[in-house]
Amino acid sequence: MATNISTAMLAQLQQRHTITALVENHPGVLARVSGLFARRGYNIESLAVSVTENPDISRMTIVVGGDHLVLEQITKQLHKLIEVIKVVDYTEQPAVDRELALIKVGAEPRHRNEIMQIVEIFRGRIIDMSDKTFIIEVTGGSEKLDKVAELLGAYGIKELVRTGIIAMARGPRTA
Amino acid sequence: MKMSGAKILLECLRREGVQHVFGYPGGAVLPIYDALYDCTEIEHVLVRHEQGAAHMADGYARATGKVGVCLSTSGPGATNMVTGIATAYMDSIPMVAITGQVRTSVIGKDAFQEVDATGVTLPVTKHNFLVKRTADLPRVIAEAFYIARTGRPGPVVIDLPLDVSIDQIEWDPESYTQNVDIPSYRPNTRGHELQIKKAAQAIAEAQRPVLYVGGGCVAAGAQMELTELSERTNILTTTTLLGKGSIDETHRNSIGMLGMHGTAYANHAVNNCDLLIAVGARFDDRVTGKVDRFAPNAKIIHIDIDPAEIGKVVQPDIPIVGDVKLVLQDLLKHVKPRPWSSWNDQIMEWKRLFPLLYPDDGKLYAEYIIEKIGEATDWKAIMTTDVGQHQMWAAQYYKTRRTRQFITSGGLGTMGYGMPAAIGVQKAFPDETVVCLSGDGSFQMCTQELMTASVYGLPIIVAIINNRSLGMVRQWQHMFYSQRYSHTNLEASPDYVRLAEAYGAVGMRVAQPGEVVSVLERALAVRDRPTVIDCVIPTEENVYPFIPSGQTVEQMMIRKDLEQLKAKVHTDSEVWSFADEERVLEQYVETVEKNQ
Ligand SMILES: Cc1cc2nc3c(=O)[nH]c(=O)nc-3n(C[C@H](O)[C@H](O)[C@H](O)COP(=O)(O)OP(=O)(O)OC[C@H]3O[C@@H](n4cnc5c(N)ncnc54)[C@H](O)[C@@H]3O)c2cc1C
Ligand SMILES: Cc1ncc(C[n+]2csc(CCOP(=O)(O)OP(=O)(O)O)c2C)c(N)n1
Repeated sequence: MATNISTAMLAQLQQRHTITALVENHPGVLARVSGLFARRGYNIESLAVSVTENPDISRMTIVVGGDHLVLEQITKQLHKLIEVIKVVDYTEQPAVDRELALIKVGAEPRHRNEIMQIVEIFRGRIIDMSDKTFIIEVTGGSEKLDKVAELLGAYGIKELVRTGIIAMARGPRTA
Repeated sequence: MKMSGAKILLECLRREGVQHVFGYPGGAVLPIYDALYDCTEIEHVLVRHEQGAAHMADGYARATGKVGVCLSTSGPGATNMVTGIATAYMDSIPMVAITGQVRTSVIGKDAFQEVDATGVTLPVTKHNFLVKRTADLPRVIAEAFYIARTGRPGPVVIDLPLDVSIDQIEWDPESYTQNVDIPSYRPNTRGHELQIKKAAQAIAEAQRPVLYVGGGCVAAGAQMELTELSERTNILTTTTLLGKGSIDETHRNSIGMLGMHGTAYANHAVNNCDLLIAVGARFDDRVTGKVDRFAPNAKIIHIDIDPAEIGKVVQPDIPIVGDVKLVLQDLLKHVKPRPWSSWNDQIMEWKRLFPLLYPDDGKLYAEYIIEKIGEATDWKAIMTTDVGQHQMWAAQYYKTRRTRQFITSGGLGTMGYGMPAAIGVQKAFPDETVVCLSGDGSFQMCTQELMTASVYGLPIIVAIINNRSLGMVRQWQHMFYSQRYSHTNLEASPDYVRLAEAYGAVGMRVAQPGEVVSVLERALAVRDRPTVIDCVIPTEENVYPFIPSGQTVEQMMIRKDLEQLKAKVHTDSEVWSFADEERVLEQYVETVEKNQ
């Protein structure tokens, strides 16, 4: 119940941080990282994993909630995992972050034009259609995706999937 | 040279300097046991339960500082070791646990005795490996030992499938390198110069400093540096349960253990200090109680090799990440001598007000037995303990002279740890006197290892502090659950003397204080087998001082009869009442405030 949560706690929970961990591309690393978060009670909002330019190294982009002290502990605890090579916090440095969503939305012929306009405005694409549905692809920051989903909600969202945020520092800096 | 995985394993262990492996066989490790059959350089100790193997490796590691090694089969063998691995993990003990695994081809198919050992042990290991190819074995073993012993030490599991042990590969043993480089793992051992100078400055400025020393000082082997620091600055030193012996506890600068069952004077000192120097200690809740009231007026210096420990529980003013030994060596370059202070006198006054005492009323008490063990062995015996009241009495009354002399499960508090740990210790040091102080509850958790001690002719002495009760739990029921002693009664227990004899050990019983010395003498004379002494003490005894969990020094409970006990001991000095204590404190605070 919201009444049990103080505003200070809420403010803390609402602090979001995007961190990137470069890890050895070994089986089991994901289990170590997610196990760490579960065990220590850290709150993952999203997690995206993929290989990098170096096939021996994977990159995890993790969005977590918590204040800076929690974030500091998370960073240090991640570092303790033997297979974690580097941890970067993107909260306080210029970085771009993006997320991709696929949205299957009800698309009755009479609504199609409206939907296509929304897709247009948000620079999305329609990548599949049937007589009753569209699949729409949108990329952007999380808030933009929230907004698109909200607008399309009016037509009935059948299915929605988001990749979770991935991030990269601006300029020549690398993780 | 063509060698099987099993042979490679033993060769690598040998190159790591391993002389003892504690283990238990089974299907998945048959090739390893076959290789052990004619291995002369590594002695395998056959235990009676895999938990015992892990505790033995742990005890061996705590006594020597070397990496302890244990071995089990897959499935139930591996799960039986988990308690022992977790025990080592919580106390940062270097250990390599090797578990057999089913063939790689059937992993994930619920094969016979398959258990996901790396999955199960993930939260209780520093790191773990599942070896998929024999060719990886030498690298994995080198990395496992390296990770276990460096940085913040800890247990590492190597899960070894049957076919990996069987397969033969071309391998040159000379190619084995002990000190590997793992780019993603490079612990920081040297403290930051600037931080060290700041610490020295803080020490120079402090009026009421205290040293709070933990297991990190033991791991670093920094007893000498720590003692030097304490002596040069005249800063009195309290240790955690796991830091015991970091300073000789008979040294005048030692004020014993702090925390829940620590000495009243150590706790008062920490509560009133203006500088707390935490050396390889992790602000455990048994130590801090209510965290925001712990050392409330103190600036905090925190030395720890694990960056994640800094700020985990308290935010230090001067964090120093590094190895205790190296950091103290650097710190000593900057620290100037300080004279004995009135603050120290104050702590000594607290010590006089609240000494550790127990009655001398003709009954047999654990405290007395512990003191007599100390006296009979010139305080040189290595003591292991189990978990409970007896453990706390041992922490209070066994005056440890050096590190690695007091061996106990702190973080996990594993009942059943004591005897197997003693076996590990005795294996490492056959000529030392090793005493396991146990409880009647704890002893029954790993009794079977008495057979191990017996078969190997190990002269460990197991003193069972027999209160016919799960004393520590009973104490909480006594204090917080209206004396409703739910399921803590152990009246129904075996006859420990006959039980000992059944295992081929010597069994003795003592129930009168007058008999203790002679019984100990007889036990110490036995050098070819274990001795079990059933020490019958009253059930009702509680451990004091006691700060209930999550509370502060203000809630510290002291023996009700302390005044009478003191009157007997200090016949020549004034007798203080509790009201006096408040007066003394008030006066003290006044003088301190005046001086500021
Ligand atoms: C029934 C019971 C009651 C207890 N009551 C008490 C009590 O009253 N008082 C008490 O103190 N304990 C008590 N304990 C034990 C307690 O639970 C903790 O295990 C103990 O306090 C932790 O000790 P520590 O802080 O020294 O940490 P440890 O667990 O020994 O940790 C060592 C720290 O040092 C660091 N370190 C390791 N190696 C190095 C190095 N080379 N250089 C620098 N740093 C290093 C590690 O990173 C870690 O942070 C009790 C336990 C039980 C079972
Ligand atoms: C494996 C395990 N189970 C349960 C506990 C909880 N526990 C802590 S102390 C204690 C009682 C110990 O009894 P005993 O060994 O007789 O020692 P005493 O306290 O009587 O000295 C128990 C049950 C524990 N620490 N470990």
